[in-house]
Amino acid sequence: MKTLRNLPGWETTLALLVIVALLGGGLLSRDFLTTQNLSFLTANFSEILLMALTMTLLVIVAEIDLSVASILGLCSAVLGVLFAAGVPMPLAILASFVAGGLAGLLNGLLVTRLGLPSLAVTIGTLALYRGLAFVLLGDRAVAEFPQAYTNFGFGTVPGTLIPIPIALGVALAILTAVILHATPFGRSLYAIGANEVAARFSGLRVERTKLLLFVMSGLMSALAGVVYTFRFASARGDNAAGFELGVIAAVLLGGVSIFGGRGSVVGAVLAVFLIGLINGALTIVDVSNEILTIVTGLLLIGSVLVPNLVARVQTARQRRTSREATVSP
Amino acid sequence: MKKRSLLLSALALGSLATLAYAQTPALKKGLKITLLPKNINNPYNVIQTGGGAAAGKETGAVVKVVGPSDAGASSQVSYINTAIAQRQDALILAANDANALLPYLARAKASGMKIVTMDSDTAVSGRTLFINQANSEGIGRAQVQLLGKLIGYKGDIAVLSATPNATNQNTWIKWMQEELKLPKYKDMKLVKIAYGNDDDQKSFTEMQGLIQAYPNLKGVISPTTVGISAGARYLSTSPSKGKVMLTGLGTPNQMRAFVKDGTVTAFQLWNPADVGYLATYAAAALVSGQISGKQGEKFKAGKLGEYTIGKNGEIIVGPPYTFDKANIDKFDF
Repeated sequence: MKTLRNLPGWETTLALLVIVALLGGGLLSRDFLTTQNLSFLTANFSEILLMALTMTLLVIVAEIDLSVASILGLCSAVLGVLFAAGVPMPLAILASFVAGGLAGLLNGLLVTRLGLPSLAVTIGTLALYRGLAFVLLGDRAVAEFPQAYTNFGFGTVPGTLIPIPIALGVALAILTAVILHATPFGRSLYAIGANEVAARFSGLRVERTKLLLFVMSGLMSALAGVVYTFRFASARGDNAAGFELGVIAAVLLGGVSIFGGRGSVVGAVLAVFLIGLINGALTIVDVSNEILTIVTGLLLIGSVLVPNLVARVQTARQRRTSREATVSP
Repeated sequence: MKKRSLLLSALALGSLATLAYAQTPALKKGLKITLLPKNINNPYNVIQTGGGAAAGKETGAVVKVVGPSDAGASSQVSYINTAIAQRQDALILAANDANALLPYLARAKASGMKIVTMDSDTAVSGRTLFINQANSEGIGRAQVQLLGKLIGYKGDIAVLSATPNATNQNTWIKWMQEELKLPKYKDMKLVKIAYGNDDDQKSFTEMQGLIQAYPNLKGVISPTTVGISAGARYLSTSPSKGKVMLTGLGTPNQMRAFVKDGTVTAFQLWNPADVGYLATYAAAALVSGQISGKQGEKFKAGKLGEYTIGKNGEIIVGPPYTFDKANIDKFDF
């Protein structure tokens, strides 16, 4: 009975599913498991991976940032406009980080100072930031970036086929995991998410923490914006439109509870890879776009449903075991 | 002796000719070609890729149509990557963004794939061939030729354009004026170029103004989809219906009602099916080594006949396609 009591965690299940997706893709098409294809595939979800990291932290404190993809577009537009105006590239990149940070700060201030729900606030700023991106660039595209920079977005780590943005994403994932799981700050996030009132009474600075997380989310979206711009050598106002759904789907499928207080970086990262691999495998066997959209939708529903069911089964088991413990002498 | 040498040289020439003929390799069978339109499920693109699929059947190629459901800048990238992974022989695409795709197309090229664009080009470095629907000269001249036919080469004519500074419109109008210099148009006089600013109401009013100001007006060319439909809407309820001929560039769905009620006899645009058809033949010819993409090279494109590669790898499908009562119901876009 011991094995049943220690049900494999959701992360283990996800890791197995990733392997199943890899093998399944390989069975569906002999072109799937080539290093080249996997390299293309993973590069394609590098921005989602980056933004999913800070989204994990936000959802753990029971907040959400729907404006991430719009901030990405805004930062991409800032980068493009400044570069086109002759501003040196390092300064243009710095400016887009400032823009991302400020966008995140505004989200955070509206949530923490005015006490508005982040869902409502960031639906608003989702439209606002995308609108600003279009004000800056219109339907224009800035494309002639120096090759040294586009190589950063497009290239692979020397000697391997690992895309540079994915290497960057994994490095930041490790950093985020350490912060979340091994520092007092990280533990405070779980406390806030699990019970905000209790967290406040035990002296945690809830507002300041949330504000910081929104700013981090903005900065991460800016980084994703820079990556996206160089990866496609194209700064446009509509860059990454709709990506917020992919980010949230990954975080929820990763087992981060939408009600806060539960989840891990490993889960979110595995979920990004899982969704990406499933999409890639279906694309390579020429499954139509409509079906892809349906699959993503089902994954999104499943991502909320399954971890909740697993958690419920676990608590039920725990209850039964504790009852058994009290009954037996 | 003389006869013999003549016979010999004839023989030599003959064998040379067969040699030259044999040097043009046949189209390879079973080629794998990916057709990537701007987005799928758009009626225009469906007809276009349908033409590509038809050409695929004729040449024995496996043509696969894939594409995003939105026409975003980077939505096509994963399909380009997939085509590389699937080791396709050629990729035909209508590019959503001239530059965003370049690094990916370079990678596709490096993997040995041939790249052909249609409708919407990338920068020249991104592809080997560009299949363009029609060129400015062809459009301008064809519009005058059509109107001439409709009015019996006699009477005042006008142009209802978009804005005074629309580059494409002005180039077409310049070629219309060139065509009008030919002797067969000596009885046709261009009396006015009006501008409807690609605004439905303004175009409507301008059409009304033209008919009132020029009593001898026999025909109007409106080389803009907004202008021609607004013009037709005015004409359909005016006493000049059937007396003043209106033609120009429009889409079948927009003009169907006016063609059926007799307001408009014929108008033009390109046939998207031909664009896809030619692109597929061009891609097959490239992969088979019949052509390499150099200017002046020739290849055969099935029912459309022979084509020559122009400057910068551009191939023009031909003069615009004329839609009338007889064929309009074959098109839905």
